Amino acid sequence: MTRHVLLIEDNPGDVRLMQEAFRGADPAIELHVARDGLEAVAFLKREGSYAAAPRPDLIFLDLGLPKIDGREVLAGIKEDDSLKAIPTIILTASDAQEDIAKGYQLQANCYLSKPVQLEAFDSLMRGVVDFWLVKAKLPQHR
Amino acid sequence: MPRSERDFPIQVLLVEDSPGDVRLTQEAFRDADPAVHLHVANDGVEAMAFLRRRGGHGDAPRPDLILLDLNLPRMDGREVLAHIKEDDDLKTIPTIILTTSEAEVDIVKSYQLQANCYLNKPVQLDAFESLVRSINDFWLTKAQLPLPQ
Repeated sequence: MTRHVLLIEDNPGDVRLMQEAFRGADPAIELHVARDGLEAVAFLKREGSYAAAPRPDLIFLDLGLPKIDGREVLAGIKEDDSLKAIPTIILTASDAQEDIAKGYQLQANCYLSKPVQLEAFDSLMRGVVDFWLVKAKLPQHR
Repeated sequence: MPRSERDFPIQVLLVEDSPGDVRLTQEAFRDADPAVHLHVANDGVEAMAFLRRRGGHGDAPRPDLILLDLNLPRMDGREVLAHIKEDDDLKTIPTIILTTSEAEVDIVKSYQLQANCYLNKPVQLDAFESLVRSINDFWLTKAQLPLPQ
């Protein structure tokens, strides 16, 4: 079964690393990328050219995004009864306690800091795939 | 905050009525990470008293993580979850559903109520121990958790 993961990330280098990490972890994962908050919202609401977009099983969300900030995207997801059940994981460079607390206040399912070192990044992503896509039960979509 | 910068121990609240599952979880955490201090509430009412520091729980620490069974005496796990996530002070505590139920309705309902994660309790002992190690490894070493206010 194909799992759809939506990555909301504006940094092309980080997108590339995530693509490689997921490909290595599980080829059945289809990674979709939104480069800013506006694109993410259009994807999730199937607006414009995203009319045929699948509903993601899991969302990774950066906080610092162009157009619509990650916090605002998160608030929009968690206030929407049709989207709020999608597990949404913040993946950001920030490890500021203020951002962590705010992320959980807005009902992020989990908050992860991007490690700078490549090996640590890969190790984190392996942990994420094992925990969220193997061990955790995610809601099914019809 | 990364584990290395935190004050020990890590406080985990397990809300679980089955004495066997409590015992297995205690043993698995002891093996996985001796820094974890596991507190147990045997029903939903006790869980809320612990979290609100009432009724004999005046000195209860704020948990860093909550593991919540769904089917509980006195107050159901879904109700406990709803209370936690409606409370501005408690809602930031990551709350993981740990239950035998694999029913889709329970999974969806839990995420709707903003459970941070939903896990099935494996029946096999080694699978159960492995799951507790994963919880410890992912949530208590990889994830960033909010500091108690």
